[in-house]
Amino acid sequence: MTVEPILVMQGICKSFPGVNALKNAQLRLFPGEVHALMGQNGAGKSTLIKVLTGVETPDAGEIRLNGQAISPACVGEAQKMGITAVYQEINLCPNLSVAENIFIGRFPMRAIGIDWKTIEHQAAAELAALNIHIDVSLPLASYPVAIQQMVAIARALTTEAQVLILDEPTSSLDEGEVERLFQALRQLKQKGMAIVFITHFLDQTYAIADRITVLRNGEFIGEYPASTLSRLDLINTMVGREINEASYAANSSAQAASVADKPYVSARGLGSTGGMHPFDLDLYRGQVTGLGGLLGSGRTETARLLFGIDRADSGTIRVDGHAVKLNSPRQAVRYGIAFCPEDRKNEGIVADLSIRENIILALQARRGIFHYLPKRAQSAIAEQYIEQLGIRTSDAEKPIGQLSGGNQQKALLARWLATDPKMLILDEPTRGIDIAAKLEIMELVKAQCKKGLAILFISSEMSEVLRVSDRIAVLRDRQKIGEIAGHDADEQNVFRMIAGAEA
Amino acid sequence: MKRLPTTWRDLARHPLFWPGVTLVLLCLVNVYFNRSFFAIEIKSGHLYGSVIDILNRAAPLMLVAMGMTLVIATRGIDISVGATVAISGAVVASLIGGSLIIQNGVQTYVSNVPMPLAIIAALAVALLCGLWNGLLVAGAGMQPIIATLILMVAGRGIAQLITEGQIVTVYYEPFFIIGNGFLLGIPVSLYIVALVLAIMLLLIHRTALGLFIESVGINPVAARFSGISARALVFWVYAFCALTAGIAALIITSNVKSADGNNAGLLLELDAILAVTLGGTSLAGGRFSIMGSLLGSLIIQTLTYAIYSLGVPPEINMVVKALVVFGVCLIQSEALRAMLGKHLFRTGEAA
Repeated sequence: MTVEPILVMQGICKSFPGVNALKNAQLRLFPGEVHALMGQNGAGKSTLIKVLTGVETPDAGEIRLNGQAISPACVGEAQKMGITAVYQEINLCPNLSVAENIFIGRFPMRAIGIDWKTIEHQAAAELAALNIHIDVSLPLASYPVAIQQMVAIARALTTEAQVLILDEPTSSLDEGEVERLFQALRQLKQKGMAIVFITHFLDQTYAIADRITVLRNGEFIGEYPASTLSRLDLINTMVGREINEASYAANSSAQAASVADKPYVSARGLGSTGGMHPFDLDLYRGQVTGLGGLLGSGRTETARLLFGIDRADSGTIRVDGHAVKLNSPRQAVRYGIAFCPEDRKNEGIVADLSIRENIILALQARRGIFHYLPKRAQSAIAEQYIEQLGIRTSDAEKPIGQLSGGNQQKALLARWLATDPKMLILDEPTRGIDIAAKLEIMELVKAQCKKGLAILFISSEMSEVLRVSDRIAVLRDRQKIGEIAGHDADEQNVFRMIAGAEA
Repeated sequence: MKRLPTTWRDLARHPLFWPGVTLVLLCLVNVYFNRSFFAIEIKSGHLYGSVIDILNRAAPLMLVAMGMTLVIATRGIDISVGATVAISGAVVASLIGGSLIIQNGVQTYVSNVPMPLAIIAALAVALLCGLWNGLLVAGAGMQPIIATLILMVAGRGIAQLITEGQIVTVYYEPFFIIGNGFLLGIPVSLYIVALVLAIMLLLIHRTALGLFIESVGINPVAARFSGISARALVFWVYAFCALTAGIAALIITSNVKSADGNNAGLLLELDAILAVTLGGTSLAGGRFSIMGSLLGSLIIQTLTYAIYSLGVPPEINMVVKALVVFGVCLIQSEALRAMLGKHLFRTGEAA
């Protein structure tokens, strides 16, 4: 390749108290390419991006943009140089309209005031380019997360960027939306833009990326053309050890857990107006029940009903044979039900509290305010789970917000395992988590299931649902349309079921 | 640039470091203008001195600031504490009232209703105020500042209704012990503060109250999803805050021997919020420090004292106070410190 790289990062080092986040990391971007930045959680991808976008100042190393050394001191400065990023967590203003969000900070002006007409017109056009047709004058919060993510991307596309960074942009998108995004990216590529794409989805990496840079433990491991690096090689490079493909592709059918003959939780005609249509669902101890369905099919709604977050206005729930009312999470917890929510940041972690406090929170809540766990017992529980689940941290007293996504998820899992639940609802437990941590979490889930836990597993990755579930309840348009036993299920079956109901 | 020793830097990171430094500085200013600032003498078995005076006068503020800390930690605010003080003060003063009766040459003090009963009634009314706030915030989901604004506006009117528009004077001498009395040489009000502090520290460190309040303050949804009944917690926190205002009302009423519905506890809510902020608890909720709020209260009272001893004309003393508070808040601002630190570091590097 004789083309000069548009951006070169070399010898980048950055350490935080107690952690060497980046050691001699490097990244090269050429115009008109999509470059996948791969690595496990905590490999330093996010830190590298933060250095590039001026959020963090590197301790050492140089960044060259078009041959010129640059050192962006803040996001604004980086943006002016043509480096724009879209983050995994949506950083937009939910109370502003979609159009305002797209143009915030650079509103086109008229003689007097802001040119609202142009804004709305252009915003609609930008979204239409991504094949999204919505009312741009409504507040952002009135749209689902996936649309919000697309708005964030549309916003990034409107800035005059040479380098566009997409950090886990697809974690809340369904397949159609991903395809639309990819179309847009291909257009941008043609225009000569360099795109950094961070994802944990291997399929997507191979669908869009031209080259791949792998980081591990903050170090640069290698840069490869996507066409010559096999999936297995990629995984092995990322993990740094051999992962058996068989175990990666293993189906849960081999699992011979002793399944209870009576359901632990049994819902009959459970539904809520504006939420789920009435459905029946039985959850057995020692069995993983998957919820299959597309985005918006009612997976999370089902979980929220079973955990007492949303109130059901029809139907009954029996727990362990007794009819109960679940009007609050507190009650659900009392019946031994646990719930890891999809939105880790806003509904899961208590960011400023320590890992220890986060882990014992649910246990303490169930014990009640006056049966306080002594600090020593808290530390013992925290240490036990940090060890058992392999949470990577220097110290249980560190704020949980400082952990990487996968480790936060493990800590949340620990929070619930500490309460010794009978049923565990996992809503997108592996979102935004690298492949090795994903496998670890799935292993943990299966191990807990074998110990007699009933598990309701929700994921937007159908292959993942198929891999762990003994039984899959298929949802479409907030309706349960059927169930498939694990050994009969493959993607074709499930999708045919979803599509078939339409015909 | 020389690096500060680690222990020193750790100390500077302690949440109570900056409030402590501020208080020490204010005390030094006081010593400069009044050499006998720290002098404590014993007069007729009681401790007397500027420091004792400051502590004694800060007692009502310390009490309210402690209650306010919990409210603020849950992301709330209670601007009705001043009005609650007025109501409670009116209740206790009207119920006790009292007169001096001389019978056969022996003076006896008689109250309208027994004093313990009057005190309980005043505290109960304060609690009721808090339950009302709690109901609006936790039950009806109103924004805390609006919910407590209602009582703030209505409260002084209610106090006037209780006292029938008069300033009620208390003549019953035993009641004065609360605000003016001494026990073993130390003002009684400080025992009350110490008792409330002890109860709070016990609740925060020996029960899960502290953990739950911080969780709810940092991430209410996650707290609820973990099985904490966030609403009940918030409800009782407002009730408790009003109760501390009720206790403060007893001290204030006893101290001035009367209840003035218009002026009792006037602007106390703002001083309390300021004390909490000076103590290092963020108005955004979450991590909180009761000891910090006590330091904050003492900062405010010491500042007031300093302004008087400086001989600042009374008409502009609020301006001076505001300037000092502004300065203190600037020092405590993370962002400013980071900016200054960066600047110093850069010049140090260049030199």
